[in-house]
Amino acid sequence: MAATEPVYEVELSCAVNGEPVHVRVDTRESLLDLLRERLGVTGAKKGCDHGQCGACTVHLDGRRVVSCLTPAVQAAGADVTTVEGVAGPDGELHPLQQAFIDHDALQCGYCTPGQIMSGLACLAEGHAGDDDEVREYMSGNLCRCGAYAGIVAAVRAVAEQQGR
Amino acid sequence: MRPFAYTTAGTAVEAVAALAAAGPGARLLAGGTTLYDLMKLEIETPPAVVDVHRVADLAGFDTSGERELVFGAGARMADVAEDGRLRRDYPALTESLWRAASQQLRNMATLGGNLLQRTRCPYFRGGEPFACNKRRPGSGCAAQEGLDRSHALFGGSDDCIAVYPGDWATALVAFDAEVDVLGPGGARSLPLARLHREPGDTPQLEHTLEPGELITRIRVPVTPAGRGSAYLKIRDRESYAFALVSAAVALTVDGDGRVGECRIAVGGVATRPWRVPAAEQALRGQPVSDASARAAGEAAFAGARPGRHNAFKIELGTRTVADAVRVAAGRAVR
Ligand SMILES: Cc1cc2nc3c(=O)[nH]c(=O)nc-3n(C[C@H](O)[C@H](O)[C@H](O)COP(=O)(O)OP(=O)(O)OC[C@H]3O[C@@H](n4cnc5c(N)ncnc54)[C@H](O)[C@@H]3O)c2cc1C
Ligand code: SF4
Ligand code: FES
Ligand code: FES
Repeated sequence: MAATEPVYEVELSCAVNGEPVHVRVDTRESLLDLLRERLGVTGAKKGCDHGQCGACTVHLDGRRVVSCLTPAVQAAGADVTTVEGVAGPDGELHPLQQAFIDHDALQCGYCTPGQIMSGLACLAEGHAGDDDEVREYMSGNLCRCGAYAGIVAAVRAVAEQQGR
Repeated sequence: MRPFAYTTAGTAVEAVAALAAAGPGARLLAGGTTLYDLMKLEIETPPAVVDVHRVADLAGFDTSGERELVFGAGARMADVAEDGRLRRDYPALTESLWRAASQQLRNMATLGGNLLQRTRCPYFRGGEPFACNKRRPGSGCAAQEGLDRSHALFGGSDDCIAVYPGDWATALVAFDAEVDVLGPGGARSLPLARLHREPGDTPQLEHTLEPGELITRIRVPVTPAGRGSAYLKIRDRESYAFALVSAAVALTVDGDGRVGECRIAVGGVATRPWRVPAAEQALRGQPVSDASARAAGEAAFAGARPGRHNAFKIELGTRTVADAVRVAAGRAVR
């Protein structure tokens, strides 16, 4: 392999909520910081910045990941979906968002964008079969307000609507 | 975070070449859930990384073989945990995966990166001013005089008592897994049991790979004991936490109700993946009963060397092994 200059910045192309994005990123930058600080997409929240709380959960090519431990460069060519990309085009809430309201699944709301993104993936993966399974597969999303009972109920309600 | 140079590789051979070209101290980046995390804390400060998270020839896995199960080092924990054959015939392996971390992290994390995850010792992760021989050789070990609740009962030294925290390797060591490696000098294989080192007086050295080597595959010999296997994990909370104690048990039960083949390893309590031959010996040939399960647990923890705050793990671990034996025996084909 020919010796090449070390690369500390990368031209990154990806899609965020369906919109094409082209930016130059520092190799150190996390996907979370790119979204929040550079693109102004602030739905994903920074709780711990170390993979321990789930507040920063987004979908990368349809799979839930923690964006704080995803180097932005690893999103090259990927489809990124955040909570801003979940509602319908006319702003109509997604059934899971509505279920969070109906089941009091939040208090302060800080963890909620991550809970919604994780909950959508939990449903899509088929891991919402009963309350215990939802608890296990939503365990990567902490809620300091302790709204867990409502969160489980909301995910289960949508699972039942979907016939899962 | 310190600046680092970044390259990607498309194949395993390219990754080895890129690692050599990137110079001393360069590291492989897979899911990043250990490495990037520790780089943020400046516990890890590689000058360069080679990103292997999209290396196609590392990504697959095949559990249909008649002689062995084959797992690419780049396969994601979440994907392997869902495998139907594995769930049915090797429940301990899938349980060691889905009972680890969170689904978000399992979607990112690779099986190869998982093996080389680093300790969660709070003094190691905490950085300065804590003394830590693993992080800064010769500085001392803050855990020995500090809080050692999460530290090792087995395999520690005067220099370091940090627990190896991985669940997957704990299950794999019970199954005599092998690891395939590719490096500048070519390909080689080694038993998983020889991948990790005990700390001794060099706790900064955690594994036996040469610089520039890449794990390509993990192979598990097929065994009927897979069916009768379980991975039990006891945590401070029900899910999404590292093991206080875990036990991997795989066994067969003869027609007369006695244990035939028997494999036992414990996690959360040792400085490397920890097989317990004494527990296997205690159980082999015995009828499956509460008493024999308990005896296996006691044998597993007989040589434990507790510190100040972790002696509770001896009884907890004894019971965890005993429970895992009962669950595994309940699953075994008779
Ligand atoms: C909040 C949290 C909770 C967690 N809970 C658990 C748990 O309960 N149980 C558990 O077992 N784990 C747990 N983990 C650890 C997690 O499973 C590991 O971080 C993950 O498996 C590492 O894989 P990766 O692909 O992200 O590795 P990376 O972080 O990319 O790499 C880890 C190390 O392996 C090296 N490496 C990567 N791939 C290769 C390869 N092919 N060949 C040679 N070297 C390689 C890297 O250079 C690096 O040194 C948790 C992690 C977090 C952040
Ligand atoms: S136990 Fe090991 S990792 Fe923890 S402080 Fe001591 S030397 Fe460091
Ligand atoms: S901010 Fe990413 S998991 Fe907490
Ligand atoms: S609603 Fe406040 S943290 Fe969950």
